[in-house]
Amino acid sequence: METRTVAFVAPPELRPQEPAPANTRGAIGWARAHLFGSVGQVLLTLLGIFVVYAVVPPLLKFFVFEAVWTGTGRDDCLPEKIGRPVGACWPFIWAKWNQILYGFYPAAERWRVNTVYLMGALLLAPLLFPKLPFKRLNALAFFGIYPVIAFVLLTGGDLDMRTFLLGWTGLDFGLASFAGLRVGFWLQFILVALIAAGIGMLVCPFFGGERGSVAKSILKVFAVLGVILLVVDLDFGLEPVETRQWGGLLVTLVIAVTGITVSLPFGILLALGRRSDYPLVKYASIIFIEFWRGVPLITVLFFATYMLPLFLPGRFTIDGLLRALVGVALFASAYMAEVVRGGLQAIPKGQYEGAMALGLRSGFMMRLVVLPQALKLVIPGIVNNFIGLFKDTTLVLIVSIFDLLGILRASFTDPAWATPTTLFTGFGFAGIVYFVFCYGMSRYSMALEKRLDRSHRH
Amino acid sequence: MSRTFKHFLLAAGMLAMGASAAGAATLDDVKARSALNCGVSQGLPGFSNPDDKGNWAGLDVDFCRAIAAAIFNDPTKVKFSPLSAKDRFTALQSGAIDVLSRNTTWTMSRDTTLGFNFAGVMYYDGQGFMVRKSLNLKSVSDLNGASICVQTGTTNELNVGDYFRTNNLKYELIAFATIDETIKAYDSGRCDAFTADQSQLYAVRLKLTNAADHVVLQQVISKEPLGPLVRQGDDQWFDLVKWTYFAMLDAEELGVNSKNVDQMGSTANPEIKRLLGTDGKFGEAIGISNDWVARIVKHVGNYGEVFDRNLGPATPLAINRGQNNLWNNGGLQYGMPVR
Repeated sequence: METRTVAFVAPPELRPQEPAPANTRGAIGWARAHLFGSVGQVLLTLLGIFVVYAVVPPLLKFFVFEAVWTGTGRDDCLPEKIGRPVGACWPFIWAKWNQILYGFYPAAERWRVNTVYLMGALLLAPLLFPKLPFKRLNALAFFGIYPVIAFVLLTGGDLDMRTFLLGWTGLDFGLASFAGLRVGFWLQFILVALIAAGIGMLVCPFFGGERGSVAKSILKVFAVLGVILLVVDLDFGLEPVETRQWGGLLVTLVIAVTGITVSLPFGILLALGRRSDYPLVKYASIIFIEFWRGVPLITVLFFATYMLPLFLPGRFTIDGLLRALVGVALFASAYMAEVVRGGLQAIPKGQYEGAMALGLRSGFMMRLVVLPQALKLVIPGIVNNFIGLFKDTTLVLIVSIFDLLGILRASFTDPAWATPTTLFTGFGFAGIVYFVFCYGMSRYSMALEKRLDRSHRH
Repeated sequence: MSRTFKHFLLAAGMLAMGASAAGAATLDDVKARSALNCGVSQGLPGFSNPDDKGNWAGLDVDFCRAIAAAIFNDPTKVKFSPLSAKDRFTALQSGAIDVLSRNTTWTMSRDTTLGFNFAGVMYYDGQGFMVRKSLNLKSVSDLNGASICVQTGTTNELNVGDYFRTNNLKYELIAFATIDETIKAYDSGRCDAFTADQSQLYAVRLKLTNAADHVVLQQVISKEPLGPLVRQGDDQWFDLVKWTYFAMLDAEELGVNSKNVDQMGSTANPEIKRLLGTDGKFGEAIGISNDWVARIVKHVGNYGEVFDRNLGPATPLAINRGQNNLWNNGGLQYGMPVR
């Protein structure tokens, strides 16, 4: 077919395409469109410039240009001693560095904390990158094995347990011990496992279960528990370090990581429980969630630390940090449950019906169809909770646990470093640390959202 | 939390644990666990604060180290519990700590109804005033008509009002919610004077832009005797803590310090011989070794050494001994004789 030129259409080769007018491209064009497009925009832009001008130069001046970077004591950070205006007193941070990282952890044992930090980073990093293989193994290592090893390393292990659930009966198999293990304890443990399996076998017919398999699963649970107890009970020759000596970033991370890893699974269970058809499960979940959402975290911590010991019998004490950990974990779980429930409610009924039509039982329906979609929807909410939890950890200061901020506050009282700017340096540093962690979480969640959202991008 | 409620809680705690705690011999417990549990402040410059190495340091801290030195001949056998003002009494009452050495004012109600015994006065504190040197003021009465910065909601605020009214002095009170705000205001010249307990004033001075331009007036308008305390009902332990305090004073009075303590043992002075345990069996009477004072002085020092190390002129705080001087130097510190 021959081509005909139409008279009123210019042939393409006649005039080269011209670039867009200068005032609509490049930096100028962008500025015109985005910064000075209208009177309102111009005003906002000027306001923005003013805010930046008012905030950034003084901050830089204080934290960088006028800051003192090296020194050995308060004299190096005093304007009248060094003869110039002084901003941040960074030597204070260097001097307190070990306390910021480890609290009052004994210097000779700090390698244990370092090992825990390093192991955590090495196990967590591959878990965060979706492309890397062995996810199942990696998750088992991080969520199952790592906490036990971290516990032994940080506390020293060798719990020296005497009785297992049967202490109240007065049953005592004697105190013979072997490698830090008490024989009496383990005899009791085996006895309890057998009793539990027996009870399981007795009652299972009423629920339509099969005797052999029920007993087997109960024994399996006890076997896993036994391995964990064995590891924390063994004497590895590590010097015991009481939790009162922990502090700084160590405590902040222990509380935050525990809270985060406990709250997600528990929150999901509670959310499912709240939507359950069984009244007992449903109301138990509702009461739990509403109770913990209804009390402030400070009250929970305060109660756990100061009131609980008054109610417990004399010799029975629970470690202070553990009490705070449990309080934070329960509190975070209740919040997480409501976030997850929001996601569950957003899944259309058709998804449930579709899953049922495929013949999936309710457990599989939740695991394979509903939860993956629901959790994806609420990633921003979940990460919001994580970030909030991370920052809330600092509330443990009021129950005499010295987290990152607590250790800094204690350090402010060291007369060897008391200067007019020590306080601001310390808080500035704490702000930077918190920002690094929270911003990291936030960026990761955004990347995750992007990756998971590929299927229905609008 | 209201005061009544707090007392109720304490009473409940005493009921729950008092029976077992009161009868028990604290010294035996301390020896059995091979460590002294000592309650200190969560951070008070010069009294208990963490140093660069992560060890607790200060006057209150060193007193606990002295007790540990007396019992174990090892000042490091102390476990410090940093306590807030709220939970310090509960901790002592419940037996979580053996001694509370945490800048606690000796008052009648604490000594009697709360069920504690004060072992002595480690530091005679009192509410004082800090002013600029350039004002050239000598006493509190010179503050007539002055504006005074104070942290609101403290007893300091009430004391100033009482004192100035009863002495017919004019004053203007400028109150702030937090101590740091108050410091900032005083530093910027909002007020002529800053009032707080003297020990605190010395610490505040370090945070001012030019610490040397400010001076703490010697005169005080209130009594704040700060001392260590123990639970009632264990006289042996009470004696041990009390005499640890007296021994530190006696050692200073007799010129025994950490450097010369080894030579002093062979001196002819009978008072020193009794103090250091080369004569008599005074340590046994309180359940510990007879050379207990020698141990205290060797490891921790006498009262003067401890004061100088933590608060004295060589430290940034540079607190004047004042009332905390020995009685024969014009102060109030008076150690009972060992004999």
